[in-house]
Amino acid sequence: MDTLHLEGTEDTPRVTLDKKSGTMEISGRSLPEDSTEFFKPVLDWIEVYAKDPNPASVCVFKLEYFNTASSKLILDVLYALEELPGMRIAWYFHEEDEDMEEAGQEFAELVEIPFDFKTY
Amino acid sequence: MNFIFDLHQTMMTQKLILVYQGDFTQETTKSILTMAERSLEASEEDPAIKRKVFNVMVEALQNIVKHNEEIDASERRNAAIFLIGKESNRYTIMSGNPIPSTGISPLKETLEEINALDKEGLKDLYKKIIQDATISDKGGAGLGFVDMARKSGEKLWFDFPKMSEDCAFFCLKVNVTKEFAD
Repeated sequence: MDTLHLEGTEDTPRVTLDKKSGTMEISGRSLPEDSTEFFKPVLDWIEVYAKDPNPASVCVFKLEYFNTASSKLILDVLYALEELPGMRIAWYFHEEDEDMEEAGQEFAELVEIPFDFKTY
Repeated sequence: MNFIFDLHQTMMTQKLILVYQGDFTQETTKSILTMAERSLEASEEDPAIKRKVFNVMVEALQNIVKHNEEIDASERRNAAIFLIGKESNRYTIMSGNPIPSTGISPLKETLEEINALDKEGLKDLYKKIIQDATISDKGGAGLGFVDMARKSGEKLWFDFPKMSEDCAFFCLKVNVTKEFAD
């Protein structure tokens, strides 16, 4: 299936979704004007991937910042990922960024996917 | 010409470091954020403070952009205002934008509900709202305000001075105090 790759910008995150290499990564900053519109291709990709997923998948989140409109969509992404076999989330945060760490912990409380917390 | 000096003095008295009135779009939001980020860098602020100020700014600015869309295009240009204040121990992020008078009551209710909550209560409310599948495009059902309250650690200050029979000016003030961020 096709790879989805979106370059990061000042207000949108870098997104790489590649079945072949097994890479799933969302990183950078997320404050798009219309978060629903921005994340739609991500949700569409996951929907297709879910029909024939790899036996296990890891999705990396390495976000510096996201606005509340994005947080709703990130949750939607996580809900979509919940359906995948052997799914894990790698939630990264800067060493002193307690807010990002806490955000990850809160998402982990809302979905049935194991989260690994890592600093960078 | 005196108004230039008056405005300057007002800014000094009110400890304002930035005041913006004009177009509120995604582009202007980005420009204001860049300016503020540079200023925070230059002041060598603690990373936690920088983050929280940035967070609150984004939510405040994007709220204005969203609600500006409800105003007639011809009146949009100078409809809203955004300010940042800085004192030795805190930053204050403020905004003002017109809303229909019918919007006052529900908004006031939302903000009062938020102000009545403690840290745990705010966390619970955040989780409740974010899981609600019916968040409209126009609003996050108050998610932004909850986030601002969480980042601030203080009550949200608000007021609705009357502009006309149908309109009020929604004023919002959010403090980010340096001790809280530590």
